[in-house]
Amino acid sequence: MIWVNAVIQGLLLGGLFALFACGLSLLFGVLGIINLAHGDLAVLGAYVAVALLPSVHTNVLWALLFVPPLFAVFGYVSQRTVMGRSMRSGPLTTLLVTFGLSVVIQNALLEGFSADSHSFTLGALTTRSLHPASDISLSWLRMGILVVAVLVLVVVQLFLSRTGIGRQIRALADDDEAAAITGVNTRHVAAIAAAVAFATVALAGLAFGTYAQFSPTSGSNLLIFAFEAVIIGGLGSLWGTLAGGCVLGLAQTIGAQIDPTFGVLAGHLVFLAVLAVRPNGLMPATVEA
Amino acid sequence: MSVPLLSAKGLTVRHGQLTALHGIDLDLAPGEVFAVVGANGAGKSTLLRTLAGLHPPGGRIRLEDVDITGLSPHERVRRGLVMVPEGRRLFRSLSVAENILLGTVCGRRGGWDLDRVLELFPWMRDRRRERVDHLSGGEQQQVAIGRALVANPRVLLLDEISLGLAPVVVRQIYRTLPTLLEGDTSILLVEQDVRQALRAASRFQCLLEGRTTLAGRPGDHTAEEVEAAYFGFAGTATA
Amino acid sequence: MTEMATREGAADESPAAPSQVSGVRIRRSTRSSRLAIAPALIVLAVLAYLPFLFAQDTTNTMVNFFILLVLGMTWNVLAGYAGLVSVGQQAFLGAGAYSVLWLAQQGMDPLAALPVAAVFCGVVAIPVSWLVFRLRGGYFAIGTWAVAEVFALVTIRSSALGGGTGTNLPGLDGYDPVTLGALTYWAALAIAVLTLLGSYLMLRSRVGLALTAVRDDDHAAEGVGVRPAGAKRVVYLLAAIGAGAAGGVLAISQLNVQADNVYGVQWAAYMIFVVLIGGIGTLEGPIIGTIVFFILQQTLASHGAWYLILVGLVAVVMALWSPRGLWGIAERFGVHLFPVGYRVVHPEESQS
Repeated sequence: MIWVNAVIQGLLLGGLFALFACGLSLLFGVLGIINLAHGDLAVLGAYVAVALLPSVHTNVLWALLFVPPLFAVFGYVSQRTVMGRSMRSGPLTTLLVTFGLSVVIQNALLEGFSADSHSFTLGALTTRSLHPASDISLSWLRMGILVVAVLVLVVVQLFLSRTGIGRQIRALADDDEAAAITGVNTRHVAAIAAAVAFATVALAGLAFGTYAQFSPTSGSNLLIFAFEAVIIGGLGSLWGTLAGGCVLGLAQTIGAQIDPTFGVLAGHLVFLAVLAVRPNGLMPATVEA
Repeated sequence: MSVPLLSAKGLTVRHGQLTALHGIDLDLAPGEVFAVVGANGAGKSTLLRTLAGLHPPGGRIRLEDVDITGLSPHERVRRGLVMVPEGRRLFRSLSVAENILLGTVCGRRGGWDLDRVLELFPWMRDRRRERVDHLSGGEQQQVAIGRALVANPRVLLLDEISLGLAPVVVRQIYRTLPTLLEGDTSILLVEQDVRQALRAASRFQCLLEGRTTLAGRPGDHTAEEVEAAYFGFAGTATA
Repeated sequence: MTEMATREGAADESPAAPSQVSGVRIRRSTRSSRLAIAPALIVLAVLAYLPFLFAQDTTNTMVNFFILLVLGMTWNVLAGYAGLVSVGQQAFLGAGAYSVLWLAQQGMDPLAALPVAAVFCGVVAIPVSWLVFRLRGGYFAIGTWAVAEVFALVTIRSSALGGGTGTNLPGLDGYDPVTLGALTYWAALAIAVLTLLGSYLMLRSRVGLALTAVRDDDHAAEGVGVRPAGAKRVVYLLAAIGAGAAGGVLAISQLNVQADNVYGVQWAAYMIFVVLIGGIGTLEGPIIGTIVFFILQQTLASHGAWYLILVGLVAVVMALWSPRGLWGIAERFGVHLFPVGYRVVHPEESQS
C-alpha cells in the first residue's frame, strides 16, 4: 500500500510541477524567452504574500486575490521594458538578463527576509485529508492544488485558442514580423503573454508555499523541476506539460519511497534518461542558440 | 497628379554596412496600380518592407499627407497601409478563417469582411477551419490576400505574390486585382516578373541596386529601355 | 606566442590575401598587442615572485582570484565564442574538487592529483556532452544546471566523501603552511596562465576559426564546410578541464571539500558576471572582469547579500546597454592585446 500511496502523492505533486511549468513553457513558446528567473519569481510571489498578509496566521487563500494580479502587472511592465529590450539584442542577452534578475531576486529576498524558511497556513485545510485505506493519505490541500493546476491549464488553453488576444498571441509565436504587418501590436501582445505567464508563476509560488517550506534559495530547484516537466512532456503542449509534471512527480515520490534521500535525484535521472532516449533530441526547430 | 495617397521622399535604408536603398522617391495616386520592378536584390522588397514599417529609414513617408515615418507596423495598418508579404507568411497554428480574421485586429472598417473574402475565393468556405499548411501555394496566397483585404486597406502592398506559383494560378490571382481596386484602394506591387507586373500596372518604377533607374507608364518605354534599366546595361537609364 | 614575439612573424601574411593587388596586407597582431608582450612577461614574473613578498593572506586571496579568472576565461570561450551558455560548469568545478579529495584519500599527493583531476573532468564531460548537446540555447543552459545538480546529489550519497557535510582534505600534513600556501599559489597561477594560453591558441586554431564562422553566420559556415558541432564539443571538453583544475585548486586552498560550496550555482553566477562585466567574446574581457569583480567582492563582501544584488544589477545593465562589457568600450579606441582576429592593413597605414 505504501507504493500505491507513493504513486498517488507523485501524481498530486505532478500537478504542482505542471503549474510551475505552465508559465515557463508559455513564455518560451510565445516569446522564445528562457526565463532563468522563473523559479525565483515563484518564490518572490510567495514572499509578497508573506509581506502583505496581515499576519502569519492569515489564511493564504486571501493572497490569491492580489498576488497573481500584481504579478500580471509586473509581467506586463517587465516585458515592455527590460525583457522586451533584451529580446531585441538576441537570445544570449535574454538569458543573461534573466539570470542576473534571478541573482538579484534571490539575494534581495535573503536581505529582506533572512535565510529562514517560511510556510503558509490554510486554516483547517492544511492538515485535513482522506484515508481511503491504511497508508494512503489524500490531502485535501494537495488535491485542491492538482485541481487548480488542471484548471489553470484549461483556462490558458482556452484563452489561447478561443479569444481574439489568444489568436494574436499564437500568431506572434508563429511569426512576429508577419503578425506586426497584419496589425498585431506585437509589443502589447507579447506583454500580455508575459502577464499571463507571471500570474501563473505567482500562483505556483503560492501553491508551493502551502506544499512545503520555502526559503529565498528555493527558486533554483523549482526552475529545474519546471524545466524537466516541460522536457519530459515534450515541448509545445500544455497537456504534455501536465503529463511531464506527473512523470517527474512520480519519479520523485517513488524514488523517495526507495530511499528518502533519493527522491530529487530520481527525478533528475528520469529527466536525463528521457533526454538520452529521444532519438532526435528535443530541440524545436525554432530555437536559436 | 493632385495630392498623392502615399508618398516616399528620399528613402534610404542600411543593413549594417550595406545600403539597400539610396534615396528612393515614390508617389502613389488614389486608385492606381503601381509596379516596382527590378532584378533580385534590387531593393524592391526592402522598399515595401520599409513602407510597411519593418525597417527604420532615412527620409520621409507620408500617407494621405500625414507623416507616418515613425509609426510601428500595426499603426500603419490602422491608417490603411497593409502588406501581403513575400512568401505569404501565414500563421501555421491558426486556421484559414483565423488567419483572415487576424487582419481585422487593427484594420479599418469598410466593405471587406470575412464573408466577402469567402465570396471572392469560394473554395475557402468549406475549408475555413483547416490548418493553413494543408493548402496549396496558390490557396495560401489567396488567404494572405484575404487577410490583408479585411483590414480594408487604402494602400495594398503586394510583395512578389506570384513567386513560386504555377502560371495558371498567377493569372488567376492577377484577375482578382481589379476587384480589390473598388473604392479608392491603390495597389503597390513588387514583382520580379516584369511582363506580368507591367500588364497589371498603370505606372511603374524600376530599381537597380537601390536606385531608381526608370519610371513612367508601361507604354512609354520600349522593352529594350526597360531591360536596360532592369539589368543596368548601357546608359539608357532616365529619371 | 612565437608569432607575437618577433616582429617579422607577427606580420603574418595570409597567402590568400590579395597582397600583391593593392598593397593591402592581412595582419593578425596589432602594435598594442606586440607592445604588450614585455609588460605581460614582467607581470607574470612579479606574480610568480609574489609569495616571497607578501604574507599568506595575500596569496590566499590571489588563489581565489585565479580560480575566478580560470572559470571566467573558460566560460567566456564557451558562451562568447561557441554560443554555449552553460549554467552548469560548477558540475566540473565540484568534480575536480572531489577528484582531488578522492585521490588524496587513496594516498596521492593532492598537488600531484591536480592534473589527474582535471583530465578526469575532461573525460566525464564526454558523456555529459552527448546529453546536453541535445538541447539548445536556453534549454541547454537549464540542462547543464540539472546535470550539475545530479553531480552534487550523486556525490553526497558517498559517505566516504563526506556526504552532505563535507570532509577535510588529507595528505597535506607533510607541508609546512607557508610552503603549502606558496605551492598552491603557483599551481593556481600556472593553471590561469595555461588557460589563457590555451584559449588564445585554440581561438587561433581551426577550432577557433570554425567557431568564429559559426558565430557570424551558422548556416553560411555549414555551407562552406565548417562543422560547428565538433568545434563546440572540443570547447566544452576543454572548459570542463579548466573548471576541474580550478575545483582541484579550490579544494587544496580550502583544505576542505563540501558539496554545497563546490557545486553551488553561485559559481555560475560569478563566471557569468566576470565575463559580462569585462566583455564577452574577447580574451581580455574576463581578465578585466575578474579584476573589477574581485575589487567589488573585497570591498563589499562584508555587506552580505547587497553585494550580490549590486553585482546582479550591474550584469543586467551591462547585458542590456554595453553587451561587450568594459573591454568593448576600450576596443572602440582600438586597443587589442590578444590578436585572434585578422586585421586588414592598408598600405598607407603599414608605411607610417
